[in-house]
Amino acid sequence: MSSVLFTQIGHVARRSVVRTLRQPAQIVPSLVFPMMLLAINASGLQRVTKIPGFPTNSFVTFALAIPFMQGALFSVMNAGTDLARDIETGFLNRLALTPLRGAALLIGLLAGALVLGVVQAICFLLVGLAAGASFAAGMPGVLVLVALSMLITLGFGAIGLVAALRTGSGEAVQGLFPLLFVFLFLSSMNLPRNLIQTDWFRHVATYNPVSYLIEGIRSLLVTGWDGEALALGFGIAAAIAVLGMVAASAALKTRLVRT
Amino acid sequence: MSRAGFRSVALGVAWRQIHNFIFNPAFLVPSLIFPLFFFAAFAGGLSTVSKVPSFNFPTGYTAFQFVFVVLQSAAFGGVFSGFSVARDFETGFARRFMLTAPNRAAIIVGYSMAALTRALLTWSLLIVVALIAGMKIDGNGVDLFGLFGLALIVNIGASLWSTGVAMRIRSIQGGPLMQIPVFLLLFMAPVYVPLPLLSGWIHAVASVNPTTALLQAGRGFISGNPTGVLVAFGAAIGLALVFAFWARGGLRRAEAAS
Repeated sequence: MSSVLFTQIGHVARRSVVRTLRQPAQIVPSLVFPMMLLAINASGLQRVTKIPGFPTNSFVTFALAIPFMQGALFSVMNAGTDLARDIETGFLNRLALTPLRGAALLIGLLAGALVLGVVQAICFLLVGLAAGASFAAGMPGVLVLVALSMLITLGFGAIGLVAALRTGSGEAVQGLFPLLFVFLFLSSMNLPRNLIQTDWFRHVATYNPVSYLIEGIRSLLVTGWDGEALALGFGIAAAIAVLGMVAASAALKTRLVRT
Repeated sequence: MSRAGFRSVALGVAWRQIHNFIFNPAFLVPSLIFPLFFFAAFAGGLSTVSKVPSFNFPTGYTAFQFVFVVLQSAAFGGVFSGFSVARDFETGFARRFMLTAPNRAAIIVGYSMAALTRALLTWSLLIVVALIAGMKIDGNGVDLFGLFGLALIVNIGASLWSTGVAMRIRSIQGGPLMQIPVFLLLFMAPVYVPLPLLSGWIHAVASVNPTTALLQAGRGFISGNPTGVLVAFGAAIGLALVFAFWARGGLRRAEAAS
């Protein structure tokens, strides 16, 4: 990669980060909403830990993985809506007249989502600790958790870019949010898969990649170092990120041809 | 203004909202699908919760969650009418409505009627899916009438709340203000397990949350053992009356601003 590309990424990334940090409407809901749900679910479902075979006696530890996934879902909105706004206002057309490379644009655009992802991860960890959650994998586990969380944010942010480039509409990107939430709800977010009693739901959760992302994060909190869960978590997050970036790159080419 | 005039304005507003809702998939699909997903996620994904020691609801966990999803869809169906009001203000359509309607309270009634129709459509689909999923109903027809009657009042109350907010803010940016209080009221209640099985702060909050009374009465209806019916209807009607004044105040603000 040439230094020119790095310079271009730096400029786009700086704009993306500043833009994200200047929009409390992007930051506040992505921090408050997951923590609110954590507080409600952790209290409401604490009794679930009494079910034989439940892996921990602290539901807040078990549920702490969920805010990380919800935070990643918000990255779809944030990255996608920002790019859609650039398309709607004609800024992307003006960028197309410059020598800016597509790769620099896409990577740079995700910088804002990634910075917000780091802020989210730190907040969720601190709130989790304050609420009494434990980290079975210790301090190194916290670092791995943040790394996995960043990779997931990158992957979902890329999906937001694809949606923005394909539709060119912020409203359409916002419309994706409920759909992605369905993936979260139909996963092993509230119970381990082996304890889900309803057959069809267990099958859906097993085929749902979000289950493995949550289980990867959760393994560091509840189990310690679980190689299989981590490999699946990192593998699926990396696959989503690669596929997302490839699709975003193709969509960018189509979008620029149209303009 | 004659009663017929009031009715024609209310029906006109309601018809427009219902038409927009039915013929626009972006409005129709989420309001029909979301309650189903919540029902699937809660009743399906959490059915093991019924094995928690001291959990006692013989009608089954599907019925236990069905009541919550009915009340939730009632509340959010009402909140969506606030979105419609806000959108109509943003596009300038609401101001034209207000110019033509001699009694503008009929506009609020029209939006509420549309919200009610939406909720009835959602409940029809929900009950079909629940029965296919094997939900047991131990209550009789009168009990079910009580459950849906309660949900109907919740729908009207939520509709009046969100309309009041929308008429004050007159922008879709007021959406979170319409939704978040309703969301908190709904979820800070015994959603997953009965009240006695909650502990800590959520038990303290749920004990004074009016939604708890609604859920307990609703679950009593579906299990054929109605309990706390007067308290639940009192709470629902009380909230609806308070929000009727809130919506009327919003209308006055909107009139003053236009």
